[in-house]
Amino acid sequence: MGTAVFYLVAAVGVVSAIAAMAHRNPVVNVLSLVVTLFSIAVSYALLGAEFLAAAQILVYAGAILVLFLFVVMLLGAPAEPDAGESRPFQRTAGLALAALAAAGGAAVVAAIHAAAPAGALRGTAQALGVMLTGEYLFAFEFISVLLLAALVGALVLVKRKH
Amino acid sequence: MWAEIIVSAAKVLVIAGTVLTLVAVMEWVERRGAAFIQDRLGPNRVGPLGLFQPLVDAVKLLFKEDLTPANVSRGLYLLAPMISVTVALMTFIVIPFGAGGDITIFGARLGGLIVAPDLGVGVLWLLAVGSLGVYGIVLAGWSSNNKYSLLGGLRSSAQLISYELSMTLAVLGVLMASGSLNLEQVVARQGGQFWLGAIPQWNVVPQMIGCVVFVVAVFAETNRLPFDLAEAETELVAGYHVEYSSMKFAAFLMSEYMNMVTASALIVTLFFGGWTFPGMGRFSGWPLLVLSLLSFGIKLAFFLWLFVWVRWSLPRFRYDQLMRLGWKGLLPLATLNLVWVGVAMTMGWIR
Repeated sequence: MGTAVFYLVAAVGVVSAIAAMAHRNPVVNVLSLVVTLFSIAVSYALLGAEFLAAAQILVYAGAILVLFLFVVMLLGAPAEPDAGESRPFQRTAGLALAALAAAGGAAVVAAIHAAAPAGALRGTAQALGVMLTGEYLFAFEFISVLLLAALVGALVLVKRKH
Repeated sequence: MWAEIIVSAAKVLVIAGTVLTLVAVMEWVERRGAAFIQDRLGPNRVGPLGLFQPLVDAVKLLFKEDLTPANVSRGLYLLAPMISVTVALMTFIVIPFGAGGDITIFGARLGGLIVAPDLGVGVLWLLAVGSLGVYGIVLAGWSSNNKYSLLGGLRSSAQLISYELSMTLAVLGVLMASGSLNLEQVVARQGGQFWLGAIPQWNVVPQMIGCVVFVVAVFAETNRLPFDLAEAETELVAGYHVEYSSMKFAAFLMSEYMNMVTASALIVTLFFGGWTFPGMGRFSGWPLLVLSLLSFGIKLAFFLWLFVWVRWSLPRFRYDQLMRLGWKGLLPLATLNLVWVGVAMTMGWIR
């Protein structure tokens, strides 16, 4: 049952990820990305990490991509015309890099299979909270300061123009 | 195994049926309530007190011409109302609406009356799925290929993002006090005990500010007056659903009312003790079940009426006022509430 759901969700995720890159309509691109992130959230839920699943939908699918959609719609980006093959070396380079990425992915999957399965379930809200405010407190605070710096930087850049 | 599946399926059917029936009832309440507030009669011809009016309206909408304008982007145009309805139906499953207690049906324990009892992330599910609802409105606005629709869709997305933050912060105060994300435990913590022997320990008492922020934010989230800038018929004709007709239009209408029901249920659950009621310790089994349903129903009805009452009493906000209220009014207040809950819990003023 769980395996069947996983393969279904994985297939949906891969297809929508391809659509997110390949479709010519920018709005469809963003929506496909929403579907991809949603299927990743379902995969988290299948692994028992329900908090992560909910956070994934809440933060990425629900908030960030709405902003993406907002920008795409405001700019009124038209559907892209077929550019043809202007740079022939791109296809070769792309295929080579894809092969490299696939090899890397396979190595990671093999390593995960070789590693011992994680003991306790660590995906619940409580476990995550304890880790974030204990073991990983410094990294957690560091990232929040980093995000704040990015925010201030963006404000400065905007203000300079006016 | 099978008994549990049957009980779960029954809960789903009962919930979906109840919510959809409430949508019809609310349509009648809205029209009669508006008439009452404006000192006129309202629809009173079809059935006793006009109670069958929603049925007639539904039949009318079903048989109206279902036309798709020529310039819309067809796939997304058709998808938008589906997203709205699906999301609206998905949110209700984590709300506990009664006490099943020790009643057994076909050998399976009924447990608390809730569709998904073991979802540890209860509230987060609601917020997460609820935040997807904006796609229905934004896509409707964009795919209609109409400047009024687009403006409505854009306004709505900006509004939802602004108010979601205050709403989530207000909910956070309740979660801190309850120590759990599961709504059943949020309810359980509010029941049975009293302050000064008479005031039930509902979250609304220590977190009055949080409650007010939450109610206001929820009005904005459901796109109801005074925050219905996404449709604002005086300036945007009908906003995001201007190009929709027949049942596709009805889908948006239905999802608005379903969101209202969910929002009211959430206010009751988070701040007004859910299905608990004073003196419930004396009951068990079927009497407790009936009384808890009644308690939940009465509270729910009050907040549903509040939605109607406010809609027909207040004028619409201007867009800049809406944004100012969200960012400069509600957000600091919600933060203040959060700080207060933290201090009060540390000092032991509230458990």
